[in-house]
Order: sequence, then structure tokens, then C-alpha cells
Amino acid sequence: KACTPNYSPGRGWPCFNTDPMLKRDCFEDILEERRNSSDLKYALRCYAPVLYKGVTPCKANMLKNIVLQSDQLHYVINQVSQESGEAPDIIQEEASVILEEMAHRLQISTVRCFAFALSKAFKTLFQHVCVNEEGIQRLQQAIQEHPVVLLPSHRSYMDFLLMSYILYTYDLALPVIAAGMDFMGMKFVGEMLRMSGAFFIRRSFGGDKLYWAVFSEYVKTMLRNGFAPIEFFLEGTRSRTCKSLTPKLGLLNIVIEPFFKGEVFDVNLVPVSISYERILEESLYARELLGVPKPKESTSGLLKARRILSEDYGSIHVYFGQPVSVRSLAQGKVNRSTYNLFPRHIPRKPMEETQSFVNDTAYRIVRLQEDNMVLKPWVLMASLLLQNLEGLELSVLTEQTVWLRGLALSYAAFLDWPDQAPTAKVVSSSLALHRGLACVSGDRVSLVVGEPLGPVTPEEALFNRAVSVLSCASYRNQVLHVFLRPAMLAVAMHTAASSKKNEVYNCFSFLWDMFSNDFILCPGDTVQDFEEACYLLVKTGAVQMPQQDIVMTDIGQPTLSFFNGLLEPFLQGYQVVCRYLCEEASEGLTEKQYIPAVRSFAVKLILAGNLRCYEVLSSDMQKNALAALLRGKLPTQKALLARL
Amino acid sequence: MASNNNSSDRQRIAQQRLSRIAAHLHKHEDGNSGIIAKECKIDATGSTEENKGTVPRKRQEIMKWNGWGYSDSKFLFNKKGQAEFTGKRYRLSGMTLPSLQDWFENTFGASVKHKSPATPVLNASVVPPPRLNEAFVENLKATGIPFSNEAEDRVFRAHGHCLHEIFALREGKKFERVPDMVVWPNCHNDVVKIVELACKHNVCLIPYGGGTSVTSALECPPEETRCIVSLDTSQMNRILWLDENNLVAHVEAGIIGQDLERLLNESGYCTGHEPDSMEFSSLGGWVATRASGMKKNVYGNIEDLVIHIKAVTPRGVIEKSCQGPRTSTGPDIHHFILGSEGTLGVVTEVTMKIRPIPEYQKYGSVVFPKFEAGVACLREVAKQRCAPASIRLMDNKQFHFGHALKPQVSSIFTHFVEGLKKFYITKLKGFDPHQLVVATLLFEGDRERVLQHEKQVYDIAATFGGLAAGEDNGQRGYLLTFVIAYLRDLGMDYCVVAESFETSVPWDRVLDLCQNVKERIIRECKERGVQFQPLTSCRVTQTYDSGACIYFYFAFNYRGLADPVHTYEQVEHAAREEILANGGSLSHHHGVGKLRKEWMKDSISNVGVGMLKSVKEYVDPENIFGNRNLL
Repeated sequence: KACTPNYSPGRGWPCFNTDPMLKRDCFEDILEERRNSSDLKYALRCYAPVLYKGVTPCKANMLKNIVLQSDQLHYVINQVSQESGEAPDIIQEEASVILEEMAHRLQISTVRCFAFALSKAFKTLFQHVCVNEEGIQRLQQAIQEHPVVLLPSHRSYMDFLLMSYILYTYDLALPVIAAGMDFMGMKFVGEMLRMSGAFFIRRSFGGDKLYWAVFSEYVKTMLRNGFAPIEFFLEGTRSRTCKSLTPKLGLLNIVIEPFFKGEVFDVNLVPVSISYERILEESLYARELLGVPKPKESTSGLLKARRILSEDYGSIHVYFGQPVSVRSLAQGKVNRSTYNLFPRHIPRKPMEETQSFVNDTAYRIVRLQEDNMVLKPWVLMASLLLQNLEGLELSVLTEQTVWLRGLALSYAAFLDWPDQAPTAKVVSSSLALHRGLACVSGDRVSLVVGEPLGPVTPEEALFNRAVSVLSCASYRNQVLHVFLRPAMLAVAMHTAASSKKNEVYNCFSFLWDMFSNDFILCPGDTVQDFEEACYLLVKTGAVQMPQQDIVMTDIGQPTLSFFNGLLEPFLQGYQVVCRYLCEEASEGLTEKQYIPAVRSFAVKLILAGNLRCYEVLSSDMQKNALAALLRGKLPTQKALLARL
Repeated sequence: MASNNNSSDRQRIAQQRLSRIAAHLHKHEDGNSGIIAKECKIDATGSTEENKGTVPRKRQEIMKWNGWGYSDSKFLFNKKGQAEFTGKRYRLSGMTLPSLQDWFENTFGASVKHKSPATPVLNASVVPPPRLNEAFVENLKATGIPFSNEAEDRVFRAHGHCLHEIFALREGKKFERVPDMVVWPNCHNDVVKIVELACKHNVCLIPYGGGTSVTSALECPPEETRCIVSLDTSQMNRILWLDENNLVAHVEAGIIGQDLERLLNESGYCTGHEPDSMEFSSLGGWVATRASGMKKNVYGNIEDLVIHIKAVTPRGVIEKSCQGPRTSTGPDIHHFILGSEGTLGVVTEVTMKIRPIPEYQKYGSVVFPKFEAGVACLREVAKQRCAPASIRLMDNKQFHFGHALKPQVSSIFTHFVEGLKKFYITKLKGFDPHQLVVATLLFEGDRERVLQHEKQVYDIAATFGGLAAGEDNGQRGYLLTFVIAYLRDLGMDYCVVAESFETSVPWDRVLDLCQNVKERIIRECKERGVQFQPLTSCRVTQTYDSGACIYFYFAFNYRGLADPVHTYEQVEHAAREEILANGGSLSHHHGVGKLRKEWMKDSISNVGVGMLKSVKEYVDPENIFGNRNLL
């Protein structure tokens, strides 16, 4: 066996962050070494990660025993037994079956297989896989001191394989990963994943006390014992739109509770941002959003997906953020001594104080993920193309992209712009990589619309165009978190009756509330976000704030109109949903009927030439709009219609 | 050394007198009475002739004015760099401790070359002049109760043994506020007179017993503008009567632990109340702070031991009308006095339970591979309610600390045996020397029962992987508690500050609390610029049905710090917050004093504080007992 205790990375990757205020780490390409040395050697090399407090972690089987014998589980078993009248032994047996179905069987040999196979696959698919090594060093330190929870963004199936691959590469403890049960359906692959550290949880088990108890105790036991870093996706599922999703709190609650109960000194949350230059599932997602059901995970499906191996997916950037100490976050927010008067092994609904803390934490972490997402030039180009669906001249696109780059950088976007290359080159190579989405014909750049075989109905043509638009939107969405707040301010200035700061704020606050399902807006941050937006627009010279007013400057027009255009599809989408609900929806509309109904409503509008916005066809937007309306009181519907 | 001779002379005389009293007692025992009463004599002359206690009025004659304990006993590093313990009073006295220096230097990153010596004598100029209340002094003179306003007497009673107090004494810092005078009542009636006069002339009284407080309870409130009188109870130190039928003794509250035990032993009895401070702490102090003794498993804590309390308050004397062993007469008024920390009045006389001296005493110890195993064992022992008189679990750090106090081994054979033991435990049994912990045990009772009991406990220990490790290890464990305060003085001679603090916590939280508090201390030290890793060590010192008492030692080398005491206080504050967040109590037996006042509201609720306030308001509306502890 080749024994290389420390992974030695290839040549340094250039830093591309130009904002001196924001210190971000540099990247190293981990594929470089893979291209120059044996994958087999790499897969078989000595793997000796540092451990939590230097303790040897127990075996996966021991872990199950600890869980099954815990006071926590016994308490719930007895409770369930009393409620159901079944003997405790039988419930205990059930618990054991649940655990068996759930538990991982992390095995280094399987990980080595993956390491080998993934090396081959990554080299074919991607140009670079870049990782910030300083982040890896911080993680290594954190793993030794405290239980660590890895919280990656979730854009692709690739994410968790990639995470484990990177940790293996850097000789770090392999994480155990909370995965959806649907993976387990994939016969062989499910078991492979299980042996590489995945544990499987049912998608919904709301009322099942026993399931919840086994699950939460399993996770907590791994956390308390420092068995391995725990990894899960705060967003709960892959984001089909490339926007971050509203975080789910269940697992976060579970991993934070041991700190509140004093079972561990601290828990470190590590946000990880995984950015793909091209997402493997790109057009799949668009189809899914348009109502074509997602293919069931199956091994044969995976094999069919092999054809994707022949394409170029650009590079991946993985940024390990600063570990966030739950102890420091909770300082002054949660009084731990409120846990003193209740036995710790009895499950209990978290207190309000705790709930809002966890919710707040979840949002902060997702924002940290967003902040460290690496953006490619194409993301800017896609934003511009979507505002010019009829296409625009290459020179104009290039010019505007350069302008937008400056804007993005001044808003601290984490932009990967090749500094040495001339702009034209950057634009053309982006277009080349995404030739499936945009094409240059003559001097004009426009969206590609898939050419279907045979004759097409108007609906089919519309559907094909929508796939392109939604695919393109998934790139624009990646930059939204950078521009969101100033863009909302721009829209608010546009809609507000006057330039009075108050009025503008009211508008802003309305938009903020309305969009809080679509974008990551931390609860209670309205004022802060407004101030941030003002600051940014003033800083870039688009806006002035004399006394109590907010007014556009002479040079502010391009910025503000770009921002208005950026949010236009969302505003239109919400408007269509409102119109549908006011004009068409009947009493007793079920949620199941809602999506197809609103979709066909929108299709009619588009075909009639009354609507040019394709994004409203996205089920994601439809759901978010409905949620916003449900959240608000009824008058909101009318207010929304009236305002827009 | 003259004072030394003096004190041993005095002791000899006291001894003679005691044997006479003992003979007296026995005579009564033969006659069928069983009750021996003594009249409260009023010693108007206040002559030392009448004083049979260990503590003289001029405490500084036998005790350090700026450190712990007797002047003749202290640790020092001799010219060869070896540690030795001076004096003749203790088992360690006169011995050299060859491994202490290494342990000290390695643990703290300290060096015997870096000395931080104390100011040798009290500089009178740092003591503010007394603010006397002339009318009070006049009236007091008329009673004949002895008093003093000499600087040394006043300074001695201006502090307890908190780190910041001792540190300030050693540095020769200027005092902000000290008592303006000291009075030495000789009996209950003297106290009644003093309290009456204090009320009449609006003088602030601060009761002073053994002076071993570690909660800033004896500190004079700087904002106090009235004359502050320290009421030193040390001369009220007699056993007034002893009732063998009911096994109780009526004792003056100023008596200190060692005297009480010695006197009772002469009649064949003991109280069994042995707090670690028992050499110096007083009965009244125990009552006022809710003290706990190491043998509480057999004898109970102070609240279990007292049958009757007599205390003098500004409202008058509070006491019960009978000595019934238990009563249902509303809330127990004893519990207003127990833990009142000198805020309501002075405890003058206490009737407490006594027991015949146990026939047989045996130390023991058990080594466990890990702290977790040791705690699990103690929990099981508590569950089976078979705890020996004392059972304590020292963590690994304290185990090594204890070992550093091993005196020089004289014979090669003992050395060999020691080596063999170590080999057995670490090599054959595979205990990691950096993980193993030791439980120390003390059994008491008749011989057969002790041996039986011992077996039962060792059997339980065995199920948790514990190995019996001999009597010697056990005894040394208890020794550590008596000399630890002396060791702190040694540390302070070499730039190391140290303190202990305690809490009580439910069983299921013991491990987590220990772990988290230690980690918090280490982290806080780091954040506050302490340049060397601090020593954090803990032991489980008491077991109860539902929980345990945990005792922490915390020390660090303060070289490079501008204000070590302030840093120390910040870290201790953080440690206490951590304790409270982890389900620990504000205090198990040290009390609240002024050091932990800020947490009282959270600890006992607003209503609770209100109740205590209303009692204070009724009993002492003029705040005569103005030490401002507790509330």
C-alpha cells in the first residue's frame, strides 16, 4: 500500500476575490494530482484521520447497541407500549428493525472503491474540482475539538459523494450522512452508499414517536461520541432552481439539543458551499418544475445516465466555511438552565426561545452557504439573457457582462472571473460550455430552444421554450442572493407612491414578506436588510438619500432598471397566481389540483399573447406564491394585485 | 519561635484541664444523672487563663495573618529545590516531598526560580483608622466584655480565605474597609448585651467564627459608614452540658471543630461532623452557612445534626421550647438561621447530636480505569445506600497531585513494593496512568460490620472495573484536603493562583458538568491571556440518593498577566455560569456570601428572595447585622 500521510495538492489556484473587505480563501484543484498519479494507489493509500479528542470511535455495531440501550429510547418504548398495549419487547424489536433499516455501515473498503471510481468519473466530467484548503485545515482543527456538523448546500446528487471524496482526499474523518429513504430503493447502490456512511431516513414520519426516537437518538449518539462528523442538507432536498431553499429544522434541532442539555461542550456547524459550473441535472430539473415527474431513483436509471459522462461540466468549487460555534451563537439567546428541571432523557418539544434560535441559526447558515457560492461569468450572462429573451448582440452582451461584473464585485460576490483572459474570450468560452442553453447565430446571442422531432403543437413549442428559460433561470438564480436586497429596494422605489424613505420602506417590507419563501430572508431582519440595500445602492452611486428621501441618481438608471428586470419574473409570477385565484379558482380547490390548474391558466395566457413570462410555469414559483398568500391574510391578495 | 512555645504551653495547660473535666464527667456518668450542666460564667476579666480553646483572642499569635493555618506550618522549596512541610502538627510535618517540585513545575509551567514573595508584616499605614462610635464604646466598656481596635486584630477579621482576599494581604494592598473594632463575648449573655448596645447606638455587627469563609462573607461592605464591630465568637467555646440519655451535647457556638471533637472524644463521643476546614471553622459558622462534613453519610450534614439553636437577633433571642427530635410546627425556624450567613443575628448556643466514638476505622481506596467508571460506581453505591462514612472520587489530575505529596520513601523495600503496585495496575491490568482515577474510602463502625461493609463496597467497585488499591492511598487522599490550603500559599509564592469551588448536581449530569466546567475554564483562561495551561481538577466528594457534590480545584500560573486576581475572578465567574447552565447548584456547602449574590434571584426565584427579604426586614429592620451577604 502506498502510504502518503498528507495529501500534497497541485499548483496553487489563483485567488479571484477582489474585495479587500472580504477575506476569502484560495482554492486548490484536487483533480490535478489525480491526473498525474495512480488512482489505484490513491484509493489504497493509508487513511488515518484525526479524531474527536483523540478517542477511537466505536464500531458501527456498538453504536446501534448504545442507541438501543439508551434511556431515551427506553422511555419512548415504554410510552408507546402503554399507549398501544403491545409488550415492550415487541416495541423494542420494532425499534431494532427501524435502526437496522436506518443505520449506516461505514466501511473503509467501500470508501476506497468509491475513491477509485469517483476519481475516474470526476476526471471525465469536470475540468477542476477546487477546494479551499484553509477551510479544510479549520475543519481538521474543529473535528478534534468539538462534534462537527457539516452542512453543505444541495444542488445535485453528486453533493454527498463529492463531500466524502474530498474528506477522504484530505485524510479527514468521513462523515455520516442523512439521506432520503428513496435512495435505498436503488438495490446495489443503496447498500454501497450505506457502506460509505449514508444512513437513511424516511421522508415523513410526523406522528411516529418510535421512529423519531430511534432516529434522533441515533444521530445524537453519533454526535456525543464524536463518532464522525454528521452531514445533512439543511435545505432538505436538492434545490431544482439553484436558489437556496428555506431550511428544514428537524435535524438541526436534533444536533443542537445535546449542547443545550449540557451533553457536549459545544457543537460546530460548518457551512459548505458547493458550486457547479454546470449542473448534471440541469434540464431534468427544468422538466420536473414544469410538471414532468422526476424519474424514480433506480440503478438502471443511473446507468442510462452514463451518457452524461461524455459531456463537459466545467468545474466544481467546494468552499468549507468558518465553523460556527453553537455555544457562541446561543450566548445570551438561550438560557440553558431552563433544561435543568426536566429529565434529559424524556423527549420534549423545544421551548419557544430554543425554536426561534434554531430557526435563526438555520437561516444564518444558509446565508453563509450562499455567501461562499462561487459564481461563474455565465451566471451574469444568463441574468442578462433572461432580460432579453429575444436575444441580444454579442458585443452588447459582452459589454453588459463586464458592467455587471463590476456591480457584482462591488456587492462582494464571490466571482470566479479569469483575470488574465480577455473579456471576449471569457464570454465565448462560457457560451461554448453552455452551448445547450445559448447559441450565437451571426452576431446575436439567444436562448436555444430544443428542436423537437416532427410536427409540434403550440403547447409543445411553449413547453420547449420554457425548458430553456427555466434552465437559464437556474443560473441567474445563483446570483440572486448577491443582488436580492438592492433589487427589492429598486422595485420598492419603483412601486412606492413617493420617494419618502418611509413609503419606500413600507413597499420594501411588503416585498420582503411576500418573497420570504422564494429567497433566504432571515426572520426579523427586514430593517437590517433594508439598510443593507440602501447602503449598497448608495455605495455604487445608484441612489442618493437626502434627508428622509431615497432618490435615483443621474447614473443610477442602468442599475435600477437591471434590478427591476431581475425581479420582474417573480413579480409577474405572483401576479398570475393571484389572478388565477381571484378569477378562476373554485371553492374547495385542493393542493393537488392547484399546480396543474394554475399551470394551464398560465399556458392559456401565454398562448393568447397576454403574458410573456415563462417562469410562472415553474411549480416552485407557484408553490411559493401560494405559501406567501396563505401566510398573509386574505386582503393581501387584493393588496398584491393592487400594488403590482 | 517563642510564640510557638507559648502556644504549646497553653495547649498543655488546656490538656490538663480537659482531663480534669473528663474525670468530672465520668463521675456523673456513674451517678445516674446523665446530664451535666455548666453555668454560663461571665468572664469579666477575659483572662486567657480561662480560655481552654485552641484559638486565642490574638489569633495572629498562632496563625498566619496573610495565609492559611498555623504560622509554624507551611510548605516551602528548600535550597536543594525539594519541597518540605515545616512544623510538627501534621503527618506530613517535617518531611520532604521529593516529587512535588517536578509536579509543580510540569503542571503549571512554573519554576522555583520565579518567586513572588508575600509582604512579611502588616503595614499599619494601609489600614484605615477606626471609625469608633464613642457612646457604644463607653457602654461596652461598662459591660466588661473585652474588645480591641488594634490594626492587626481588625485586619485579621476583615477577610476570609478567598483568593482575592489572601492575594491582597500578601501584596500589602491598601484596605478599603476593615472592622473598626473587635469584641470577644464570653457567653450568650455577653452577645445579648452587645447586640442590644449595637441596636441602641446603630452600630454594624459582623459575626466572626473561624474566619474560613470562601465567599467574601466576611468582607466589610465598603459603603458601610457606621462603625463596624466584628463579633468574634472564639471565646465562646465550651461544651455546656452533655446528655448521654438522648445523645446530645449543648455547646457554645464559637467552638471550633477540632476542639469540639477533642473534648467530646474525651468523654467517648464525637459529632462526626468533619468539614475539611474543621481545624479552624466554628460550630456557629457551620450553622450559618449550612456546612457539610465529609462523614455525612453516617452522621448527616449540619442541618441533620442540630437539635436546637439559640441565636441573638436585634428583635431578641430566637429558640425553640423543646428538643423534640422532629416537630410539625409550621416551617422550621431553624431553617431561617441555617444558611443565614450572619445577616439575621449571632448563633450563640447549639444542641447537637453526638455519637459514641466508632470502635473501628478503616481507610481504603479503589482504582478505576476511567472517571466514568468511578462515577458509575459511586452512583451504584448511593443507589444501594451502602456508602461508607466517606467516599470520594478523585479525577486523574488529583490522583497525580496526591502522588506528588508522597513523602520520601525511606526503605528500598517500600520503594520496591510501590513499583510493583504501579506495574500491576498499569501493565498487568492495562490501566492508562493518564486516565485512571481513585476513589478514597473511610469506613467506621464495629470491626465486623466495617469488614462486611468494606467487602460489599469493593464488590460493587469490582463490577465497574475497580481494583482495591490499599489503605495508604485512601488516607493520602484525605490528607490532601487538609493541606490543600497550605499548598495554595506555596503556589502563591511562585506566581500560581489557585482556588476551589463546589456544587451539587443530579447523578445523570455529573459527568457532563465536570467535563464542561473544566473545558470552560481552559477556554476562558486562553481567551483571557493566561499563558500556561491551567490546572482543572475535580472530585466527587459526597453522594446522595439523587445526586452528588462536586468539588473543583482550579489553578494557573499568572506570569505575564497584569491583574491575575481579576483574570481569576472572571474565569471563576464563567465557571459558575457553566455550572448553573449544566444543572448544578449555586453552592453545596460553601454558601453564597457576597461572591455569588448575583445569582440568588435565578436560583430561588423572585418570590424566594422576597420571602428572605421579609424575614430580614422583620428580624433586623435597622440592618445591624450589615454584612450584606446573601441578598
